[in-house]
Amino acid sequence: MAQAFFGGVHPNDMKAATNEKAIEQLPAPAEVVIPMSMHFGAPCTPLVKAGDEVKVGQKIGEFRGLGAPIHASVSGKVKAVEPRPYSMGGNITSVIIENDFQNTLSDEVQAPSNPDTLTPDEMVEIVKNAGIVGMGGATFPTHVKISGGIGKVDTVIINGAECEPYITGDHRTMLERPEEIIGGATYLAKMFGVDKVVIGVEDNKQNGIDAMNKVIAEKKAPVVVEPLHCRYPQGGEKQLCQAITGKQVPPGGLPSNIGCAVFNINTTCCIFRAVTQGMPVVNKVVTVSGSGIVEPKNIECPIGTPVSLLLDFCGGVKDGTYKLIAGGPMMGMAQYTADIPVAKGTGCMLAFCEKEEQTVEHPQCIRCGKCVSVCPMHLEPLFMYQYASKGMVDELNEAHIMDCMECGACAYACPARMHLTHMFKTGKQLVKDKAAADKAAAEAKKAAQERKEA
Amino acid sequence: MTDYKNLKLIATSNPHIRGGETTRSIMLDVIIAMLPALIWAVVKFGVEALLLTAVSVVGCVFFEWAYRALMKKPQSVGDLSAVVTGMLLAFVCPPSTPLWMILIGDFFAIIVVKQLFGGIGKNFVNPALAGRAFLLGSYAGVMTTWVDPAVNKAPLFGGVADAVTAATPLAIMKSGDMAGLTSTYTVTDMFLGHIPGSTGEISALMLLIGGVYLIVRKVINWHTPVSYIATVAVLTFLFPKYGSSMDWMLYSLFGGGLMLGAFFMATDYATSPVTKKGQLIFGVGCGLFTVLIRYFGSYNEGVCYSIMVMNLCVALIDKYTKPTRFGVVKSDKKEGAAK
Repeated sequence: MAQAFFGGVHPNDMKAATNEKAIEQLPAPAEVVIPMSMHFGAPCTPLVKAGDEVKVGQKIGEFRGLGAPIHASVSGKVKAVEPRPYSMGGNITSVIIENDFQNTLSDEVQAPSNPDTLTPDEMVEIVKNAGIVGMGGATFPTHVKISGGIGKVDTVIINGAECEPYITGDHRTMLERPEEIIGGATYLAKMFGVDKVVIGVEDNKQNGIDAMNKVIAEKKAPVVVEPLHCRYPQGGEKQLCQAITGKQVPPGGLPSNIGCAVFNINTTCCIFRAVTQGMPVVNKVVTVSGSGIVEPKNIECPIGTPVSLLLDFCGGVKDGTYKLIAGGPMMGMAQYTADIPVAKGTGCMLAFCEKEEQTVEHPQCIRCGKCVSVCPMHLEPLFMYQYASKGMVDELNEAHIMDCMECGACAYACPARMHLTHMFKTGKQLVKDKAAADKAAAEAKKAAQERKEA
Repeated sequence: MTDYKNLKLIATSNPHIRGGETTRSIMLDVIIAMLPALIWAVVKFGVEALLLTAVSVVGCVFFEWAYRALMKKPQSVGDLSAVVTGMLLAFVCPPSTPLWMILIGDFFAIIVVKQLFGGIGKNFVNPALAGRAFLLGSYAGVMTTWVDPAVNKAPLFGGVADAVTAATPLAIMKSGDMAGLTSTYTVTDMFLGHIPGSTGEISALMLLIGGVYLIVRKVINWHTPVSYIATVAVLTFLFPKYGSSMDWMLYSLFGGGLMLGAFFMATDYATSPVTKKGQLIFGVGCGLFTVLIRYFGSYNEGVCYSIMVMNLCVALIDKYTKPTRFGVVKSDKKEGAAK
């Protein structure tokens, strides 16, 4: 058993609703809305305009700087390119495609003739062109992570922790498509030039572990599966590195600082499909669950499918549904509308109609210190809350608020039901604003100085 | 199919689920943990102990409710913390305390110590202990007169004048008559609680049951009570004032308010450190001051003041026991120091 990380909480995993439900294919949607921002970095520039014909896998959005390209997920006609709501809040330029239901594959999708002879550089290029990003929700462009890590990384980790309650998409993938995971992991080993890839899986998915071990044995793949304790946030990148290597990523650093690179299960599958079939990211497995869903399911659908179609496919939502969440219950984003599409990072849609929320009207910190003992980043949330609510930026910096990854463990554990995570988002913004203001002031001073001297 | 346009969705920050624990459930656990000691008090001191506790609880809840209502602040009596304070204050007062007097203590604890500083979580000393200290300073005679539970009778309304009184084990220990003490009360008497003392403090066994319940329910960490009791045990064993080391240690552990203080007072969230390391230091400090006061002070008992003194050190302890930032390992620290 791997080492544990410090802190964390143990919420009821709620996975029984969907963990025995095979991934179902959604009937082809009549229309998809593909947002031009589905990755960490600047939004893509659309390459198509209204009236254009597009085919499956055709590139329709090009990135600049940090990012990943975006591809058409269905074939048909571009109906419009206009701002639409998306899961990160607000509107973003989106390409709306009317499905012709032909599912015609684009010429751009070319399977490499012999995937096993590809060099690491060629594979990274394929990953880049396939628009692969961290599919667990962080959506960091995968090709950047790989090319930045080659030479520095000695431990490649596949994140199969799936520590958020409700979500079972990765678990089902382990059971139904283990060869894709192991295949992708093998390619990752080749790209990084390491002789072993570790898949970390929480031990509540024993059958998933067995399924993957079977494929590893058959293919003699350079992969080992490491069972992990069930504890949220086991799937946090830094916590996973700590659990597997015993090393801690330094503050403000990346896993590559300690020789690690972490990839999601879904990302690994995408790498496999890109390298073997030349297929870019056009589909996504989404767990639709929660008390507000009539019949929870795991669904595979084209990127850009309206969430309302997924909900319909699950029998709709129950009366009294008050919350719709893109992502898991701990870190997902609450949506103000169901009029959003499935994006690359959307692994889960939850609808709540019962008393999951459990807020109180006037929360009062009782200083119990439970937030301190659960914080996986070793912070003191109760003090950070006070500083943030009083706008004390220097104290926030001293309390290392920027280390907070907003995992929500403190707020989950808080018996007083303080809005801790909410306040830390505010606090981080205060810190950023102050830093920007300080920088601007320093530059203005410098400019004034130069003018004076001149 | 559902019309999603009509959904009334709320968009709040993550996390969207919360653990089952609430302030109220924690306070309820503390109340449950105090019940064995309360039952024992009723057995030993009669129904008067129950009446005293009940009046104290009603007093605390009333003062809290009245203050919040008068000041137009959100009502907070539902969190049950005032009930806990009321019970604890009754527990640390002699069973013969007149009811009007306990109400004065309630007033001081809830209004002056707790609410004037902002209510739950904001007070800097334990309200129940502060209430006791206030009463001890104001009515020293009543607060240091102990009915003899061996006679098993305490006057319901008459006041202490009518009661059969006895010296507490700690008072006898202070006088140095260890032979007399061991012949009056065996160690078993001390542990079970066949001794005079404050309402809720006499039975180490009952308090241990409650304390273990709190630790099992994860309401408190073991760090504070264990380090507190261990410190007193080690110091009294190593430096017995009279008699044998073992006797002196056991009578010191079971003779006063140590068990009540260690499990129920020193662990008070608002007035103890937030990290486990800090709680260890806090417990050691409480133990040290308890022994010092008992050995060198004019009072027989030191638990109350030792915890209050350590309450005042909490901000300092918190400052120096911050958890090590994630990603900073010990060798880094050394390198940093070397630079």
